[in-house]
Amino acid sequence: MTGQILAVEILNWDWVGRNLDTVGGRLVEHIVLTLVPVALGFLFAFPLALAAIRWPRLYAPLLGFTGFLFTIPSLALFVLMIPFTGLSVTTAIVPLTLYTLLILVRNTVEGLNAVPRDVREAAEAMGYTPLRQLFRVELPLALPVIIAGLRIATVTTIGLVTITAVIGQGGLGFFFITGFTRSFPTALTVGLTLSVALAVIADLGLLGVQRVMTPWQREAA
Amino acid sequence: MITFDGVTKRFPGGMTAVDDLDLEVPEGQVVVFVGPSGCGKTTTLRMVNRMIEPTDGRISIAGDDIMAVSAPALRRGIGYVIQQIGLFPHRTIGENIATVPQLLGWDGQRTTDRVQELADVVGLPDDVLDRYPHQLSGGQRQRVGVARALAVDPPVMLMDEPFGAVDPIVRSRLQDEFLRLQDDVRKTILFVTHDIDEAIKMGDRIAIFSEGGVLEQYDTPENILAEPANDFVSDFLGSERGLKRLALIPASNVEAEAGPVVSRDDRLDSAAETARRYGTDWVVVLDTDGGVVGWIAADQLAGDGTVADLSPRPFRVLVRADDSLRAALNAMVISHTGVAVRVSDDSRYEGVLTRAALTGELK
Ligand SMILES: Nc1ncnc2c1ncn2[C@@H]1O[C@H](COP(=O)(O)OP(=O)(O)OP(=O)(O)O)[C@@H](O)[C@H]1O
Ligand SMILES: [Mg+2]
Repeated sequence: MTGQILAVEILNWDWVGRNLDTVGGRLVEHIVLTLVPVALGFLFAFPLALAAIRWPRLYAPLLGFTGFLFTIPSLALFVLMIPFTGLSVTTAIVPLTLYTLLILVRNTVEGLNAVPRDVREAAEAMGYTPLRQLFRVELPLALPVIIAGLRIATVTTIGLVTITAVIGQGGLGFFFITGFTRSFPTALTVGLTLSVALAVIADLGLLGVQRVMTPWQREAA
Repeated sequence: MITFDGVTKRFPGGMTAVDDLDLEVPEGQVVVFVGPSGCGKTTTLRMVNRMIEPTDGRISIAGDDIMAVSAPALRRGIGYVIQQIGLFPHRTIGENIATVPQLLGWDGQRTTDRVQELADVVGLPDDVLDRYPHQLSGGQRQRVGVARALAVDPPVMLMDEPFGAVDPIVRSRLQDEFLRLQDDVRKTILFVTHDIDEAIKMGDRIAIFSEGGVLEQYDTPENILAEPANDFVSDFLGSERGLKRLALIPASNVEAEAGPVVSRDDRLDSAAETARRYGTDWVVVLDTDGGVVGWIAADQLAGDGTVADLSPRPFRVLVRADDSLRAALNAMVISHTGVAVRVSDDSRYEGVLTRAALTGELK
């Protein structure tokens, strides 16, 4: 008997059924709030990484700066943004994007630097132009490390998005706020389960993408 | 023809890798760069395809300054086998070989046909074409490296220790195959090695470098072995210089002596007389067609009867005209008779080669 009561308290299926639309909407919001910063982050990180490879002296300061960004507590950064961008989506997206930079820059640089020297020299000797060499030889070989970075960035962002609820842009984070303020465990359970599931699916999905894009590694066994 | 004209390379920090090099690589020949590690062989090679820019001097190919075209365009016309092979790990063997055809925009069918043809040329089984480099043996990978460099049939090839990463047996086979191939294709080849024996075997001409990128001697293997320009060169050639020279001289260069020859029907006493006349303690037994049956020690040639009553011992090694004098020397050393028996291509006895004749040839 007690068990049943407890179960009802943790997850009220009735509520879930009645609020399917809201739950779905928040989930989509969460996905968007994850995808946009990771995509934007990669868009910035990629040229930064190329610059760091071209001019190696840039690398240390770049890592220092993006690492510094990463250490700012997320709540503080969101609040700092409010005077400039209010409670808009931008207020959530800018900090989330900044957080991805450290990992994405670092993994892109490390991945490209790990391309064996003899392979790069062979490409050069065959007559690749620098740009073509980057896209046809170096990037494909750096892909596993770059995707590893994307996986970490994505999973981290999925977690951080729950915090943006405090500035009104929370995705699944809203369920945490609802759950706490109204002492309503079902909301907490839904928020927690879906954000964890989202993280796991995103991680496995990216791993799958990597598998498909690096067929030469599959047979490596 | 590749011409180096006063070419110098100093790396930042003042270290001179190549020092005022003047050298001509004749059309259709293999020129081998040899020398100790760090003497500038790779640097010199890479200045030809502009992977390294000279500090000073000029390089031209077939009369055209290499600076006249863009570096990528120049490189697509020069086959390059890199020292560490450098296959693309993310491409199949077929795709690796097709690299330059693809860069030049060949159509699919032409590329496929060419890849197939090259696989045959370098002796790669068809089923490796769909595999990735890490799934091949070291010897197979080196073949792929060579095939990739040959892909668009470039007139000039740069080969940096192309057979360096395999065991001596495989290396020797790859060398032989490559020499046969070069007989057909007659490319102008710069070949780098630090192994003097490989240099002697592969090179029409050899350039010997010392530390600091100084060219110590540039000549044919025969001339270098016969007359090393200085102590550095003779040290580099090593203590077996005489043997290496013998390896380059065909057995046909030395006149064979008639030798103490008997036939099976000869009476034993006349056979003994033949041995005495030549001052040997053995005779060579021939059959009626002039084929070599073997040899018999002179002290067995006693009593009545004929040579046919005895059983001659076979020569373990017979030398033919295109074998080297080194092979002849080997035959002398392992035979009790102390001579090498030379036979014609149809295995008829031509005569014996003596140590005195070899020594005479090396003078
Ligand atoms: N990029 C570079 N910067 C500075 N020094 C270099 C560079 N490349 C080569 N060197 C130096 O130039 C010299 C010649 O190098 P190179 O690679 O041409 O030697 P090598 O004869 O090919 O040697 P190995 O037989 O070991 O391959 C060496 O002392 C090397 O350290
Ligand atoms: Mg080298």
